[in-house]
Amino acid sequence: MTHADAAAGSGRRGLVLWLAGLGTTLVLAAVLSSFASDEPDGLERVAADQGFLAEADEHDLAGSPLADYQLEVGDDRVSTGAAGAAGVVVTLSVGGGLLWGLRRRWGRGGPASPPG
Amino acid sequence: MHIPDGFFDAPTSLAAGGVAAGTLAVAVRRTRVALDDRQVPLAALTAAFVFAAQMAAFPVAAGTSGHLLGGVLAAVLVGPWTGVLCLTVVLGVQALLFADGGLTALGLNVVNLAVVGGLGGYVLFLVLRGLLRGGRGRLPLVAGLAAFASVPLSAAAFTLEYAVGGAAPVDLADLATAMVGTHVLIGIGEGVLTACALGAVLAARPDLVHGARGLRAGARTPALPAGDERAAGAAPGAVEPAEAAS
Repeated sequence: MTHADAAAGSGRRGLVLWLAGLGTTLVLAAVLSSFASDEPDGLERVAADQGFLAEADEHDLAGSPLADYQLEVGDDRVSTGAAGAAGVVVTLSVGGGLLWGLRRRWGRGGPASPPG
Repeated sequence: MHIPDGFFDAPTSLAAGGVAAGTLAVAVRRTRVALDDRQVPLAALTAAFVFAAQMAAFPVAAGTSGHLLGGVLAAVLVGPWTGVLCLTVVLGVQALLFADGGLTALGLNVVNLAVVGGLGGYVLFLVLRGLLRGGRGRLPLVAGLAAFASVPLSAAAFTLEYAVGGAAPVDLADLATAMVGTHVLIGIGEGVLTACALGAVLAARPDLVHGARGLRAGARTPALPAGDERAAGAAPGAVEPAEAAS
């Protein structure tokens, strides 16, 4: 196997891996999230037990359309799933855009250009 | 683990915001130098995966849930500084779009989850990787252990911050015991999820995993110099068991 073959093979595997990862991510956010535990998380539980949970203020953006991971489009499960899918798309876009931007600005003739 | 508005006084929130901003400035600089074009899709997917996994809360004990924090997973996959950026994107999206994590507490949340959990957890990962030696086959175990420990580490950081600027008087020893105790349990889930996710990526594209650089396939063999096992020629037999194990 030549290096070119190896690179092409790992490129295809990379795409498959990426799509599999995206699929897993969407299943987590859009499907499994509806079945997630409703119990308070570790910090909320401790704050309640230690008596300072009441210090929490309502979130400034509590009225936003995605607040509390509910995009009101149907029943609770559908709303949570839709909010999760939207969150994945936004996080992927913002993260990808930010990192791509950072990479590009420096990449043109910058000191980081990898050899080869 | 997301701190809401109101838990901390303004000076503490501001100070944490300063620490977060300083760390992010370094992370941006280091990412510009270190991030390979090929890693951008993986890094973006890592951020999305962490977001998704944080929605899938799992029960840990009577009346308590936990979820992946993802700091160690991101750091090992894409490097510690890019990992800080990934976690910060997640926390920013959660606070700004999903009303999860207070706007005034964003600095504190970045410090606890991205800096202490991510960078601190990555230091634990490096120490454990050195102690346990071994090749890529061991990485999921090593990263899982570091991820496990990173959760009570974040909880300890919260306790320390609360001692400095918490809004309500509490018994600090009780708070420390409760925070660390609860988060040790959540850490078990963190460790398992981190090991599984890392194992899956390692099996498909070990070359993209930042924390695997300089290691060869296999569980015990010493690191090869630059190049990879394909070029070394001796590896086909050694690759299979490691990949099967991970």
